Amino acid sequence: MKEKRAKWGLIFCLPFLITFLIFQLYPILYSLYLSFTYQENSRTFVFTGLDNYQDLLHDAVFWKSVANTWKIWLMCFIPQLVSSLLLAVLLTQYRIRRAGFFRAVFYLPNLVTAASVGVLFAALFDWQTGSVNSILQSLGFIEEKVNWMGSPAFAQGITSFIQWWMWFGYSSILLTAGITAISQEIIDASVVDGASNSQRLFRITLPLLKPTMLYVLVTSLIGGMQIFDIPMTLTKGDGEPQKSLMTMVLYLYNMAFKNKDYSYGATISYGLFIIILLFSILFFKVLYGKKEEA
Amino acid sequence: MKKKIGHGMIYLILFLLTVLCVFPFYIMIVNATHPTNELYAGLNILPGGSFIDNFRNMISRINIGRGFLNSFTVAASSTVLAAYFGTMTAFGLFEYKFKMKKAVYAILMLSMMVPGQLGIIGLFRLCRELKMLDTYWPIILPSIANAGTIFFIYQFLETTMDDALLDSARIDGCNEVQIFHRFILPLAKPGIATMVIFNFVSYWNNFFSPMILLFSEEKFTVPILMNNMNSGMLQDLGAKYTAIAISIIPIIILYCFFSKFITEGMMAGAVKG
Repeated sequence: MKEKRAKWGLIFCLPFLITFLIFQLYPILYSLYLSFTYQENSRTFVFTGLDNYQDLLHDAVFWKSVANTWKIWLMCFIPQLVSSLLLAVLLTQYRIRRAGFFRAVFYLPNLVTAASVGVLFAALFDWQTGSVNSILQSLGFIEEKVNWMGSPAFAQGITSFIQWWMWFGYSSILLTAGITAISQEIIDASVVDGASNSQRLFRITLPLLKPTMLYVLVTSLIGGMQIFDIPMTLTKGDGEPQKSLMTMVLYLYNMAFKNKDYSYGATISYGLFIIILLFSILFFKVLYGKKEEA
Repeated sequence: MKKKIGHGMIYLILFLLTVLCVFPFYIMIVNATHPTNELYAGLNILPGGSFIDNFRNMISRINIGRGFLNSFTVAASSTVLAAYFGTMTAFGLFEYKFKMKKAVYAILMLSMMVPGQLGIIGLFRLCRELKMLDTYWPIILPSIANAGTIFFIYQFLETTMDDALLDSARIDGCNEVQIFHRFILPLAKPGIATMVIFNFVSYWNNFFSPMILLFSEEKFTVPILMNNMNSGMLQDLGAKYTAIAISIIPIIILYCFFSKFITEGMMAGAVKG
């Protein structure tokens, strides 16, 4: 009876498997094939082996896009981790009234369409007409209007700020959940043993939060390396000023869908994939290197 | 006394962060209610009376109603597919011991880990060959294989599954498909509800693949309209802010009703995951 029923497991999984094959696996392999070809015209692709990858290694714009993506991600992720850890600790260790309300407000920017957020901030930071300059001027902080999006440093900083603004509430909810999941018994035992607040934080809470932090780190890395919506809408797709907002996926998009070079675009996507893969493994190894299975 | 000061500091931090989260939206709404010449002149802190004019100017240039309809069509059908087939896959994996179970599980992991943009060019070329470019199919159909949803419902089934119920249903003559429809879908409802909200929001916000796969203006979703308005030369700043506000406010209103459900659903998912 049970044996006879077993086939239903596979039948129920079939829609998933078929969709995965057509819309995920096949496109990935197709991209891999394209990355080994040279595109003669829109229909003909000639197999050229690793030529594209060799070009990619010597492509200054690609490496600039890698550096930009990392800069933007790090300038967002480090403040994000610090602020969301701080928030998670504050909202769980102290009796804060309306903690749920604050969590909800901090999470709001994450739900809003990123494309709209990008357009909104592009308008707010506009040199001549933006509200940011008007506010700073009326508060007396600046005399001349600042050309925010004309300076690479400001442009990258603003992008990181927007990313932080959209994601710190999200990661603080995850970390709060991680802290709440730590068993009360361990905490009670530490109180009995006379651990101070800070000892408890550094010896118990943070070490036990490692799996959650690894999750936040790796998902943020995967998302951050693929950042597209904000730089696209902030810069109208060109990645200016001085290509400082040309991220890896924006470069991929411009190469494949503006220049119609699908082969090289596919090569960029595999370059991106290799970077994500290497660093995910690296972070996992660093955090779990010493056989400390939680 | 010392403790009181500490608490005061915490509330101050929380208050400042709250302002930071809300203020950009506030300025957006204020700017949407002022005529463009006032926006060029300088800062406005209080709402003005030009929203209706701005709105008229905006809809004369951007077909935002159509955009909403398109976004809703795409997001709603994707959400339904993800919920129905996600639950089906999770049930199949959870309940039955079949030969390829481990392989399916590995595929699920793979599907979850691979970055979404790895196959985008292949997908574009595939759609071109299947004559699916400029249709909603390649945007909607992939949601049948939404790995995150499958994982979530699988974990939900782990805590709620009642084998005795299924066995008695089988004795009553239910076949496996009926069991899925009559028992599993209702059983997984709370888990499905959480996924429906999260998926709807993320499908609604989806920007990259629709922008690549859609070409005709009457098919554009809201994020594409926003992007095109931005890269086009729309000088009417009031209309621009109005368009942004119209694209964002529905989500904020929805969130006012569901925020507790959403943040709690997230915390529940995070503990298990």
